[in-house]
Amino acid sequence: MAILEVKNIEKHFDNTKVLENVSFDLNEGSALAIIGSSGSGKTTLLRCLNFLETPDRGTITVKGATLFDAGRSRAENEKDIRTKRLHFGMVFQSFNLFPQYTALENVTLAERLLAKEQPDFKQRKKELLEQINAHGRELLAQMGLSERESHYPHQLSGGQQQRVAIARALALKPDILCFDEPTSALDPELTGEVLKVIRSLADRKTTMIIVTHEMAFARDVADQVIFMDGGVIVEQGDAREVINHPKEERTKQFLTRYTQG
Amino acid sequence: MLWNVTKTLMTGMGTTFQIFIMTLVFSLPLGLILAFGIISKWKPLRYLIQVLVWIIRGTPLMLQLIIIFYGPGLWLGHNIWGGNEAGRITATIVAFTINYACYFSVIFRGGIEGVPLGQREAGQVLGMTKSQIFFKVTLLQMVKRVVPPLSNEVITLVKDTSLARIIAAQELTFAGYSFMKSDGLTWPLFYSGLFYLIFVGILTLLFNYIEKRLDYFR
Repeated sequence: MAILEVKNIEKHFDNTKVLENVSFDLNEGSALAIIGSSGSGKTTLLRCLNFLETPDRGTITVKGATLFDAGRSRAENEKDIRTKRLHFGMVFQSFNLFPQYTALENVTLAERLLAKEQPDFKQRKKELLEQINAHGRELLAQMGLSERESHYPHQLSGGQQQRVAIARALALKPDILCFDEPTSALDPELTGEVLKVIRSLADRKTTMIIVTHEMAFARDVADQVIFMDGGVIVEQGDAREVINHPKEERTKQFLTRYTQG
Repeated sequence: MLWNVTKTLMTGMGTTFQIFIMTLVFSLPLGLILAFGIISKWKPLRYLIQVLVWIIRGTPLMLQLIIIFYGPGLWLGHNIWGGNEAGRITATIVAFTINYACYFSVIFRGGIEGVPLGQREAGQVLGMTKSQIFFKVTLLQMVKRVVPPLSNEVITLVKDTSLARIIAAQELTFAGYSFMKSDGLTWPLFYSGLFYLIFVGILTLLFNYIEKRLDYFR
């Protein structure tokens, strides 16, 4: 069964339609790449899934539970939205690490704040914080950053910062991890280390959605691919199939531009 | 005589310090609240505060002080401040608090808006509440941004306290001037300047220290 079902998502900014009739399913443990030129709506779609934007139409269902239904009342309290957000993790193009915290503190902040809300936090404070820190260190080790846990973001390279951001997004064990052009803000020589980490997550069967301009990477790592243009899904299917043998004219044009460029 | 003058100036300094510290205690939080008002999505509140800031920044502090001190007595027929020194100091603190809160609100707004939107979004996708995002993510980054402009205002406040003389609050300049009136001495006025210099010098060191302490992140 699909872990994520997105149906008929539509989104306007003022009078401009940025998403139209976007529907797709995602199976647990699989990776989906979303490709397309700038302004095609890829990032907006990802932001809708993370409740950073509210779709005007459509439904979002995770594990059979409808998280969002534009047809129903919008008035949701903050607590509900927070809970729903935790189904998704988000890695931003510009990392957005918190500059005043060390790598480890960045990774553990959200978990520490959640732990504080537990009724028995005061009694078990030390134990809980140790657990959280251990978990944070484990994630940083997984990213190959054990040596960097006490570094502040400005002391890290772009690639290292993005890997900390990935660890931070994994900390709350989201059902689906979203990447918004994770390597676009990086110098070319630093993209490799980030892509390698994402590849290792795919190997561990992490459910992921990756908005990317790295076609070779999308083809090799993703199971499924969606090509978007002008706010609609033009073509979707098996990643290798769509990228190597596109059926739609627009997909062909886009991929030709990319392989030439 | 020197000792006598020093003693009087020290007393004046006490009043000056009292006005200074109480103004900061009230105007800093009030300024932050006004800043939230300016960036509020609710337009009537935004406009109301913008008009208030315009009026307060657009008229002399001395005028505001006179209106706040004499206004109630003139128009309500009841001097709410009382006729004594404590009443005059209270009126000064009230006038200064309103004035400085308006200046601070503009600085704070700039500080809040200077924190990239991505910081708030990163907090949101991690399931943090609005107040957690403000206190754990935005606040310190804002503080770092506002320290230099804030230090300017705070140093100006030290010298603005001398305006309280206009309603006969016996602060430092009042004390220095009193010797000119009673004994025809001008040097106590210059001597009082030394007090201001030392006070501002200490504040400058303090702000340098705060800036250094916040230097660990960018």
